[in-house]
Amino acid sequence: MATQQTSGSSDFLNNLGRVYAIYTGGFLAFVILLAILEQLGVPNRILGYLFVFFTLAVYAIIGILSRTAQVSEYYVAGRRVPALYNGMATGADWMSAASFVGMAGTLFLLGYDGLAWVLGWTGGYVLVSILVGPYLRKFGAYTVPDFMAFRFGGNFARMIAVVVLVCCSFTYVTAQIFGTGIIASRFLGMQFEIAVFVGLAGILVCSMLGGMRAVTWTQVAQYIVLIVAYLTPIVILSTKNYGIPIPQLTYGHALQDIIAREQQMLQTGLATVAALKPHIQPFLTYTPLNFFAIIFCMMVGTASLPHILMRYFTTPSVREARQSVAWSLLFIFLLYFSAPAYAAFSKLEVYTNIIGRDLGSIRPWLFTWGELGLIQVCGKNAVSADALLAACKAIAGHPGVIRLQDFVINTDVIVLSTPEIAGLPYVISGLVAAGGLAAALSTADGLLLAIANALSHDVYYKMLDPNAPTVRRLLVARILLVIVALAAAYTASTRPADILAMVGWAFSLAMAGNFPALVMGIWWKRTTTPAAIAGMLAGFGMCVFYLVVTRYFPQAGVSSFGMSSLTNPATGAPLVDVAQVMADAKWIADVPASGANPLQSKVGWFGLTNIAAGLIGMPIGFAVMWIVSQFTAAPSKEMQAYIDEIRKPRGRTVLEEKT
Amino acid sequence: MQSTNDAAHWTKTRNLMLTHLGVWLFFGYIIHMFVPVLNKITILGFPLGFYMAAQGSLLAFVIMLFLFARQQDRIDREFNVAED
Repeated sequence: MATQQTSGSSDFLNNLGRVYAIYTGGFLAFVILLAILEQLGVPNRILGYLFVFFTLAVYAIIGILSRTAQVSEYYVAGRRVPALYNGMATGADWMSAASFVGMAGTLFLLGYDGLAWVLGWTGGYVLVSILVGPYLRKFGAYTVPDFMAFRFGGNFARMIAVVVLVCCSFTYVTAQIFGTGIIASRFLGMQFEIAVFVGLAGILVCSMLGGMRAVTWTQVAQYIVLIVAYLTPIVILSTKNYGIPIPQLTYGHALQDIIAREQQMLQTGLATVAALKPHIQPFLTYTPLNFFAIIFCMMVGTASLPHILMRYFTTPSVREARQSVAWSLLFIFLLYFSAPAYAAFSKLEVYTNIIGRDLGSIRPWLFTWGELGLIQVCGKNAVSADALLAACKAIAGHPGVIRLQDFVINTDVIVLSTPEIAGLPYVISGLVAAGGLAAALSTADGLLLAIANALSHDVYYKMLDPNAPTVRRLLVARILLVIVALAAAYTASTRPADILAMVGWAFSLAMAGNFPALVMGIWWKRTTTPAAIAGMLAGFGMCVFYLVVTRYFPQAGVSSFGMSSLTNPATGAPLVDVAQVMADAKWIADVPASGANPLQSKVGWFGLTNIAAGLIGMPIGFAVMWIVSQFTAAPSKEMQAYIDEIRKPRGRTVLEEKT
Repeated sequence: MQSTNDAAHWTKTRNLMLTHLGVWLFFGYIIHMFVPVLNKITILGFPLGFYMAAQGSLLAFVIMLFLFARQQDRIDREFNVAED
């Protein structure tokens, strides 16, 4: 049985190119088939179901075929994943529902300032490759806490690393499951709470039987679906509008049109200076400090997130780990450098075909989204031309054409509505939905596996029962995976507003908790165990403190910790009048701060937004590690020799796991 | 104890790391501090400052990573510590 499996999988590894080429061809043929069905009059709803269930079925088949009973296959896919394919898997692991559906919308709303996220979510891979990833691969860990425990004296450091890992991964995975629920409910008309658990089934079937090995090969398949889905509508749109199928080149023209149109709208009274954020003008949403702080935290956070780092444990060699980081970023780049094109094309459409239009002659694509409450005109959901007319008539002195300040659009709509804006058949919309689902599922898979592996490998096997036989280890790993997944799905089904806002925090938490210990542990031999533990606790603690105080106890932040209001980037004035709010009994009693509290997430030190809280924690972590190391005995000769080993690609891994 | 060969290998590795960190700093941050000036230059419709944040820096990161993988491998081979 075991030998059969091994020979079967090496056949698979030798034929990866052909397998995935056939898969891609099959997927395209499927899309064409559905396009033909649509022409034959099959209703949209059926097409939506076919899309979702066909792709889910394929992921499930891959997941089941990749089942394994070997520990190293379960935790690190046997360390046999070639650089290119690991790059694709990392791409899918990395790009979440938020990247796929939300990124273009953020760029639409924020213009230049939104690019902080594009930069932050790509540049971090440079740090992964030059500072951390290849060294962890040589070390031979199954999980990030494995490294912390080995380098920094055992289970106390392991426990801290597990806490950091769970903190930053759990909120993140909840948001992904929420994302699958939203997409499934929107395109299949399912009830949201049910859709969440359908998504959950899709996630579990990919990861439970085969662990990392199954997740890897489904993520490759999911990457192909998501990138085809993301690029198709916009390539067609670019060809239609500018005759060149490279939207990343042609949207320069759209930018020029937007700039001209912005001036025109201001002159003709269609927009007020307050409502209009010129698309290319920097620092209107974030102050320069916060703009660069967000970039920095996202980049360093990337190099600290366990579910990303563990992807590089699966390559056959250190050399391939480095190459794999480069492939990962190339595959991620394909999506991120297209997102601004989506934003520009949509913005031009909105500015020219909605703003300034007579209320009676609005293009109908808008009403589909208005019905879902995602587009509002004159303060009301834009469900139909009549509703729109009635809502605007109610506003005193309304000129009868839509002005910029009348129009509100949810960021998710930008990508989802592009096929309709371009006048493409429904099959393309279904394709986009399948892509968004692939993005959410693949990220959720990676995160769940990271959490469950830390709990089963680090907590159960390494700390509770080091003599557990293989069968029991894998059983525990699978049970924990299901438990964590159910907990995340349950949390998501309650629609927790805060959890979604906290996703941005995951990067700061990972950065403050992991980055100093990882970098110092590899690059400075003199880093001692007490220093690392003190540094992790101080850095992570400080980051959590800043997040919790600014979000939940801003009153205490102002009165006890010397925090003040963040500043408005455009005017330089404070965002809130702190003194006035603090004098209001209603807000003083609002502890912990509710979502309506005017101070929540609006106060801080140095005007730093709490999304970039890692910037407060990380330097403290580094400083504490350096100072404490000066006063504690140097690591043993053996440990220093191990660090030398980690730094050289040649030779066996430092940590040899029994399998 | 670390051999002289290993020490030399590590010195070169560290210098390569610092070089790439410098380039990363330039494309990640420094160039974007000059957006207002760069936006006055327009190429193919793209204001240059906007272009750098939307595509230019990203492209630089991708190229850097492929380059780094090659350079580090060359260093590993030079000091005979590369994998076979």
